[in-house]
Amino acid sequence: MTTMVASRDGYGDALLQLADDERVVVLEADLGKSTKSCRFREMYPERTFSLGISEQNMMLVAAGLASSGYKPFASTFAIFTERGFEQVRNGIARPKHAVHLCGSHGGLHTGTDGSSAQSIEDLAIYRTLPNMTVMHPCDDISTERLTVLLASSSGPSYMRTARNKRPRIHDEESVAALRIGKGHVLREGSDVALLACGVLVGEAMTAADALSTDGIEVTVVDMHTIKPLDSALVQKLATDCGALVTAEDHSMIGGLGGAVAELLAANCPVPLERVGVNDTFGESGDGDELLDKYGLSSEHIISAARRAIARKA
Amino acid sequence: MSMAAGGAEGQPQVAQLESIALACRRAIVNMVHKAGAGHPGGSLSAIDMLVALYCTRLRIRPHEPDWPDRDRFIMSKGHASPGMYSILAHSGFFDAVELDSFRKLGSICQGHVDSGWTPGVDFSAGSLGMGLSFGIGCALGARLDASKRTVFVMLGDGELQEGQIWEAAMAAVHHELNNVKVFVDRNRIQNDDFVDNQMRMFDVPAKWAAFGWAVREIDGHDMVEVLDSIQWLDSIDTGPAVVIANTVKGKGVSFMEDNPSFHGAAPSDDQLKQAMEELQ
Repeated sequence: MTTMVASRDGYGDALLQLADDERVVVLEADLGKSTKSCRFREMYPERTFSLGISEQNMMLVAAGLASSGYKPFASTFAIFTERGFEQVRNGIARPKHAVHLCGSHGGLHTGTDGSSAQSIEDLAIYRTLPNMTVMHPCDDISTERLTVLLASSSGPSYMRTARNKRPRIHDEESVAALRIGKGHVLREGSDVALLACGVLVGEAMTAADALSTDGIEVTVVDMHTIKPLDSALVQKLATDCGALVTAEDHSMIGGLGGAVAELLAANCPVPLERVGVNDTFGESGDGDELLDKYGLSSEHIISAARRAIARKA
Repeated sequence: MSMAAGGAEGQPQVAQLESIALACRRAIVNMVHKAGAGHPGGSLSAIDMLVALYCTRLRIRPHEPDWPDRDRFIMSKGHASPGMYSILAHSGFFDAVELDSFRKLGSICQGHVDSGWTPGVDFSAGSLGMGLSFGIGCALGARLDASKRTVFVMLGDGELQEGQIWEAAMAAVHHELNNVKVFVDRNRIQNDDFVDNQMRMFDVPAKWAAFGWAVREIDGHDMVEVLDSIQWLDSIDTGPAVVIANTVKGKGVSFMEDNPSFHGAAPSDDQLKQAMEELQ
């Protein structure tokens, strides 16, 4: 039985799980009800700070708390974190303050709010910053687990979560095996490997089922961490499968597909097909309709897999 | 008894502080000359306040720069790095010989103040408008720790054009942070020209007051007024407080004073000689 979940709920649950650590503090910019940090606020108002609709200020307040020995978790919509990008760059990443930034409502799948709310470049821009860990988990329980793990890390991070409900991918056992910076293999096959993050992990699993009925066996990896990229796993899959597909609800430029392309070009060139937003902005619509229209659904992943296999030498 | 009137026990007298400020001014001009680059103007306008804070007020341990319960000093106008390095060296955070390496490869004295490179620097600046926000985070941390440590922040007046300053000004009042104390170094010059030609700031004290801050205006080069203003800042316990210090950019060096050309330029050899004669 498929359980439908939104990854942003996992963020809220993780904050509660972390609350026993009195150094954990939460920062909000008027979107706590959306990012789900509101759950922490209800229980621990004395450790939750409202900064109002002032994202730039929030970034540096978080940095100041981190420099004072606290573990700040700051969240807003993915797109609005970008308003404070230079603050993240100069005020958080450069001095390596362990601020954990969560951008919810990432990607076209955010839906009817339209293109102004659909960040499709967050993973790319944060990936360029030294010291940053960049993550995009696929469901609620993996988001919860990875957020809890982030609390023990010594550097800053950006995690994108998604607004809308999708089938849960993980279970208790697989979640326990998750590690920051390590891709999680969900399914094994040797014809091609599908590397996906966020809501497209589910699409990749659907694609894998369909391909299997045609006799094509694929590996599917939950690449929840974009940086540091699990280069050992990617290179192993390049060798074992001979062709790769990346899939992300994000621009094809600079995100998971970009990171994998950089790695392959330098180390082990094999055919790579990238599924992502093709250098365009989105629009209003239902999340699934948008995945279809902009080339991100399982059907598009299936086509990409066939193209990648056809390109194998 | 006012510290300014006669000097509290163990505290330097006004004349001593003025003498330290003069030595720092020489160090500032020398540093920028040697590097062939840097920002002398805004360092010279700020230095009297830095000397007063570091020599009479800040609870810091130069031999334990990361002491967690130290007062914080956040130089938000990070280009005033020569001023910071001169007072940090005087305070014993590092040897004054390091000043000679300002802006050189591998130097602990980076072009803009950077906590990752320099003992005693609490905040990595260089991009204007961010320091007050960082100070608010430090102040919230102090309050969570139930510590009486104080956060001092220095802003420039050109820097007040950054919108983030006013986001932070709102937040400090909203969170009732009585442990945040700000100096605005109002030297009336920014990078390209006079502030009044770039973006007029009009009534700066009224702006802060309108945001809910306690405000006082002083002559930022009158050591007695500077010391009194520190006592006044400490006396405000209801919320954040700001001192608007009217200063002269390049103060102490005649050809730099009130001269936009010396916001970010090094003196020539002849100019260095003249400056050193004037700073005796």
